[in-house]
Amino acid sequence: MRLEAVGANVILDGAGVSLGGLAVLRGISLSIGSAEVVGIAGPNGSGKTTLLRLLATLARPDEGSGRVLGATLGTTEVYAVRHDIGLIGHVPALIHELSLRENLEHAARLAGDDVSRIDRALRVVGLEGAADRKVGQSSHGMLRRAEAARLLLTRPRLLLLDEAFSGLDTSARDLVDALVERSVAAGGSVVMVSHDANHLASRADRVMTISSGRIEAPA
Amino acid sequence: MSFWDQAVEIARVDLQVERRIGDVLRIIFPFAVVALLVFPLALGIDLAAITRIGPAVFWAIGVLFGMQVALRQAADDRPERRDLYALLGVDPAARFVGRSMSGSLLMLGFMFALMVATLLLYSPRLPEGWPIPAAAAILLTSIGLTELGTLAGEVTAGLRNRTALASLIVAPLAIPLVLGGSQTLESLARDTGILPWLLLLFATDLALAVAGVGLARPIEEASR
Repeated sequence: MRLEAVGANVILDGAGVSLGGLAVLRGISLSIGSAEVVGIAGPNGSGKTTLLRLLATLARPDEGSGRVLGATLGTTEVYAVRHDIGLIGHVPALIHELSLRENLEHAARLAGDDVSRIDRALRVVGLEGAADRKVGQSSHGMLRRAEAARLLLTRPRLLLLDEAFSGLDTSARDLVDALVERSVAAGGSVVMVSHDANHLASRADRVMTISSGRIEAPA
Repeated sequence: MSFWDQAVEIARVDLQVERRIGDVLRIIFPFAVVALLVFPLALGIDLAAITRIGPAVFWAIGVLFGMQVALRQAADDRPERRDLYALLGVDPAARFVGRSMSGSLLMLGFMFALMVATLLLYSPRLPEGWPIPAAAAILLTSIGLTELGTLAGEVTAGLRNRTALASLIVAPLAIPLVLGGSQTLESLARDTGILPWLLLLFATDLALAVAGVGLARPIEEASR
């Protein structure tokens, strides 16, 4: 695969990642275009989360190469694009001692985003009545909603969702779906990973399977 | 958001978190006072000895427990928070500066409170004109210890047993700070000039600041 692929937000060319000497990803090649939703399915331990971290520029390739939003992975170019990447991971990235609203204010200030949009974001995700709860007093669904609100504020061009629908009720799932639709409508790319290929098939433009650190084939 | 805006925001939230959990006020400071009490108990009723060792005990306890204050952020620094800061576009150097700012304020409060406790418990014999040199030494030692703790926390990010490893890094590198802090008052008492010791503290602080800012990105990337 050539790195010059036109219109692609993500290009990986034989990328591999090792963690503690163990090859977790090997020879990953893929291209993801604008306004595209890609699902990656695979069993536990297959390398899905590491692949998302690679795409988020939070892991470095130790073989092959890749570009994300125009920045070459493993170089300092990634600093310029990280603000355009949104990740919802397994563990909510929220500060436990702060309230949900304070977490959003902190994130918005650090990212240089408009703090006055927080109330609207909280309303959109249905947290207006629980915004002053501490993270430790909030349910899993509330934390996911708070993360969705943060992504509404930062409006990333590349949205990465790691099992983002697990443990959510119907309205929270609808919210994540709406987040994906917004991102696609704005020309962004979305990558979702899950162990459930059927779940991804209903939401993604195409679904790939990953096993033992290698992309196998379209599911 | 500018570098300094990011640093100030990180410092503000660190202090807000500390105000809520109160690690320094409720846990580290009371234990440090207990440690201050142990020495007089061990020495018995030798009041002259107690008065004489007061300043030395203050620096020993201050630096040992100050390391806990300096490393508290490393213990609380979860990987997902580091990832979030990275994806929000926070400059790793701004994170270092912000954490050093908040940590230095906490450390200053801790050291001054400990000094008051030492004055009450030991009634040490202090040379004339001690408050300003002591304040300068405490200020510079606090900044240096915090920078060291923050740097050690960054170097050990993502490692298992990081708190223990960070302590092993901080302890030997804190020697210039212990020397500079303790010898400032000693030199004042002997009338041998305090400037070299204050300069040692300042140079150590400056070197740690340059290392922390300059190495922030490479350390951040190496931890990934």
